[in-house]
Amino acid sequence: MSDALLTIRDLRIEGRSDETWMPIIKGVNLDLRRGEVLGLIGESGAGKSTLGLAAMGYTRDGVRISGGSVTFDGIDLVNASADDKRNLLGKRIAYVAQSAAASFNPAHKIIDQHTEGPVQHDVMRRDESELDAVELYRRLRLPTPDEIGFRYPHQVSGGQLQRAMTAMAMSCRPDLIIFDEPTTALDVTTQIEVLSAIRDIVEQFNTAAIYITHDLAVVAQMADRIKVLLRGEEVEEADTRTMLDTPKEDYTRSLWAVRAYERPAKPAILKKDTPVISVSGITASYGTTKVLEDVSFDIHEGRTVAVVGESGSGKSTAARCITGLLPPILGEIKFRGEVLPPNYRKRTRSQLREIQMIYQIADTALNPRKTVGDIIGRPIQFYGGLRGRAKRKRVEELLDQIEMPASEYFDRLPSELSGGQKQRIGIARALAAEPSFIICDEVTSALDQLVAEGILRLLARLQDELSLSYMFITHDLATVRAIADEVVVMKNGRVVEQGAKSEMFRPPHHPYTDLLLASVPEMDPDWLSKLLEERGREDIGDAGMEKMD
Amino acid sequence: MGTVAKIIAQRLGLGILTLFIVSIVIFTAVNMLPGDFAESILGQGATPEAVAAIRRDLGLDQSPVSRYFDWLGGAVRGDFGSSFAQANFASFTGSDSGSGLTSVAQQIAPRFANTMFLASVAAIIAVPLSLTLGVLAALFRNSVFDRVVNIATLSSISSPEFFLAYVLILVFAVLNPWLPSLSNIYEGMSFPERLEKTLLPALTLTLVVTAHMMRMTRAAIINLLASPYIEMARLKGLSPMRVILRHALPNALAPIVNVVALNLAYLITGVVVVEVVFVYPGIGQLFVDSVKIRDIPVVQACCLIFAAAYILLNLTADILSILSNPRLRHPR
Repeated sequence: MSDALLTIRDLRIEGRSDETWMPIIKGVNLDLRRGEVLGLIGESGAGKSTLGLAAMGYTRDGVRISGGSVTFDGIDLVNASADDKRNLLGKRIAYVAQSAAASFNPAHKIIDQHTEGPVQHDVMRRDESELDAVELYRRLRLPTPDEIGFRYPHQVSGGQLQRAMTAMAMSCRPDLIIFDEPTTALDVTTQIEVLSAIRDIVEQFNTAAIYITHDLAVVAQMADRIKVLLRGEEVEEADTRTMLDTPKEDYTRSLWAVRAYERPAKPAILKKDTPVISVSGITASYGTTKVLEDVSFDIHEGRTVAVVGESGSGKSTAARCITGLLPPILGEIKFRGEVLPPNYRKRTRSQLREIQMIYQIADTALNPRKTVGDIIGRPIQFYGGLRGRAKRKRVEELLDQIEMPASEYFDRLPSELSGGQKQRIGIARALAAEPSFIICDEVTSALDQLVAEGILRLLARLQDELSLSYMFITHDLATVRAIADEVVVMKNGRVVEQGAKSEMFRPPHHPYTDLLLASVPEMDPDWLSKLLEERGREDIGDAGMEKMD
Repeated sequence: MGTVAKIIAQRLGLGILTLFIVSIVIFTAVNMLPGDFAESILGQGATPEAVAAIRRDLGLDQSPVSRYFDWLGGAVRGDFGSSFAQANFASFTGSDSGSGLTSVAQQIAPRFANTMFLASVAAIIAVPLSLTLGVLAALFRNSVFDRVVNIATLSSISSPEFFLAYVLILVFAVLNPWLPSLSNIYEGMSFPERLEKTLLPALTLTLVVTAHMMRMTRAAIINLLASPYIEMARLKGLSPMRVILRHALPNALAPIVNVVALNLAYLITGVVVVEVVFVYPGIGQLFVDSVKIRDIPVVQACCLIFAAAYILLNLTADILSILSNPRLRHPR
C-alpha cells in the first residue's frame, strides 16, 4: 500500500467576479501521507479554505478548478463524477468548519446529524452509530457524553459544538479530515480544550489532517509540517520545528514579527489628575439577567485601558453603559469629573460628541449605500455644523490622518474597500466628532495580523497626536501587550483584576488572569503538551470552564 | 414551553383585537354605501312615508353607534340579525306577523359550507402540487424544468381568473366533454357528484394560487443553500434531494407557511369571479347579490366572515412558523 494519501499537483482554482474568472490558487503542490497533519497557514484571501475544500474535490458556487490534479488514494477527484465524490465525502474525507454553530443544522438534534453520514454511507446502522457517537463524545471529553447528542445545536456552547463536529467528522472513521479554522471563533480558554481534544483523537485513529488557520501558535501545536500560503501561492513548506526556528522567506518572518510590536510604556499617572472617564460601581442587567456587577475603572487622558475577558464576561456591556445605550441600574459614569446622565437620550450633544465608538465588524458598521465622504461627513455636519466646502475639507483632513488619500477614496463605497480600509473609515468617522474618548470594541479581531498591526499603529499615532483616551475591548492578549497602558480583566460581569500593563504581565495574578495568560498559545510546538501536563489531564475536559453562551 | 404558550396567547389576543377593529371598519364602510335598502326595494314609486316606515321597521333610523353595538353584540353570540331582503315588512304589507323572517345565519350557512368545500378541494390539489414543484425547481434550479415551471405558473397567475376559467371550460367541457361547465350544486347531492361539479372551479383556483406558493418554496429553499450547514450537509456526501428535503426545507418552513396561509385565505374570500363564471352557489355570489340590493346585515356578516378567515389563517401561520423554530420549541 502506498504511503501517499493525498497528492495535489499544480492546482489552479479560479473564482468568478463580475463575469471574469480571477485566479485564487495559482499552481499549488501538496503531499500528505497517511496519519500526517499538515498545517496550512496564511492571511484571509490567501486561498487556504479554497485549497482545503479542493482537497475534497469540492468547490463553492462561482469557483472552479481550472487546472492541475487532486488525487486521493489513487482517485482523481478533479474528474470524478458527482456520485463517486459523494461516496468519498463524509465517509473517507470529512470536514470540520470554522463556526460549528453555523454548520450544524438548527432544525435537527446533534445526534441525528451525527448518525446521518454513517447511515447514508452504509457504514453503520443507526443504533450502532449512536453508541459510537457517545463513545466519541467521551473521547473528546465532552461533558455528559450520554446526553449531549440529544440536544439541539443551540442548546450547546460553542466549544462543545466544535468538539461535537469533530466527532461527526470522525463518525465514518475517515482517512482524512480537513479542519478549517476550527478554533478561530473560540475564547482562548475554550480553544485549549478543543485543540487538545482534536489532537488526541486524530492521533488515536491515525487520521491524516489538513489544519487550516491564520494563527501560527495554534498550528505549531497541531501540525507535523507547515505550509505557508500567500495570495494563492506557496511561500514555503517545512516541518514544524524548522519552520518556527528558521523561516526562510521574508513573508514568513514578517508573520512572526507582528507579535513583537509593543508600545513604549508611558509615565505613571498622577493621582491628582481627573480621569477622562470614570466608571464607578455600575451594575447592569438585560431584563432580569444581571450582566455587570459593581464594575469600576478609570481611564486617563492619552491612555489606553484594555478590557479583557472571554465572550460573555461583560466587556461590551460595560461599553454600552458608558455610551448610555444601556443605562446601569446602580453606579455612575463621570466624564472629566462630571456625572453623565445614564441614558444617552438625556445627554447633551457635546456630551455625546466626546464619546465615540469603533466597532468589530466594519462591514456592518458602515452604511453600504453611502460613500466614504458621506459616512465621514455625517458626524462632521451633525456635531460640528459644517457644510459644503468646509465639510469636504474636514473629511479630506481626516482621510489624510488615516493614511487614505481623499483623491482616491472620497467617492468610494464601502464595498470597494478592503477590511483594513473599512476599519480605517470607522476610525475616521469616530474622529470626525472630535471626541476625547473612543471605545474600540474588538476592532482588530476580524483582521489579519499584518493589517491588524497597521490599525494598532494608526490608533497609537492618533492617540499621541490628539491625546485621545481609548477603552480597548479585546479577548486577544497579544493585542493587549501591543497597545495597552492599563488592563482590566473581567469575568462573569465582574472585574477580577486591574492595574498597569507592566504589572499585569508579571505574577502574582488572580487565578483567572493566570488562566487567561497561560491559555494564549505560544510558538513553542511543545507548549500545549507542557501546559496539559501541568494542569493535569482530568482537569481539562470537565473543568467546567466552559459556560453556555 | 412557557415562552411558546406566551407568544401564542399574545398572537391570539392580537387576532381578536384585529377582528374587533375590522368590525368597526366593516360597519362604517357598509353604512357609507350610497343609497339604502328601503329606497332600493321600493323603487321609483317610493313615498317618503313608506321609506320611513321600512327604515323604522329595520331599525335604520337609530344612531349608527347604537346600531353598531347591537350588531356587534349579536354577532358575538352568532346572531347576525335578519336579512332585509327576506324580511316580511309588517308596516308595508299591512300584516303584522314577523314570523317569516329568515336569519342571516340561516341564509349564509349553506353558502359558506359550499365555499369551504370548493376551497378545500382547491387547497388539497394546490398546496401539495406547489410545494412539490417548488422543491423540484429548487433542486433543479436554472434547468429547463425550473424555467418551464416558472413560466407556466407565472403565466397562470398573470391571466385574469375568468379567462383561465373559460379556457378550462373550453378544454374540459366543450372540446372534451369530461366535466360539467356548470357547478350548480345543491343540498342532498352525493359526494362524488359534488366533487365532479366542483372540479373545474377548483382547478381554476389552483392555477391562480400555485405560482405564489411554488415560487416562495423555491426562493425560501434557494435562500438557504448558501448557509454553512447546507455546505456541511453536502460535504457529508448526502444526495442533493436529501440536502434539500432534510436540511433546507425544515428551516425554510416559516415563509412557506405564511404564503400558504395567505393563499388559503384567498381561496375563501377571493372566489367571487370564479363562482360567478361557474354559477357556483358559494358565499361570494351571495355577497355580491346582497351588495346590489343593499341587504346590509348579509353584507356585514359576509365581510366579517371573510375577515375572520383571513385573521384565523394568518394566526395559524404565525403560530406554525413560531413552532418551526427549534430555539423556541426547545429553550436551553
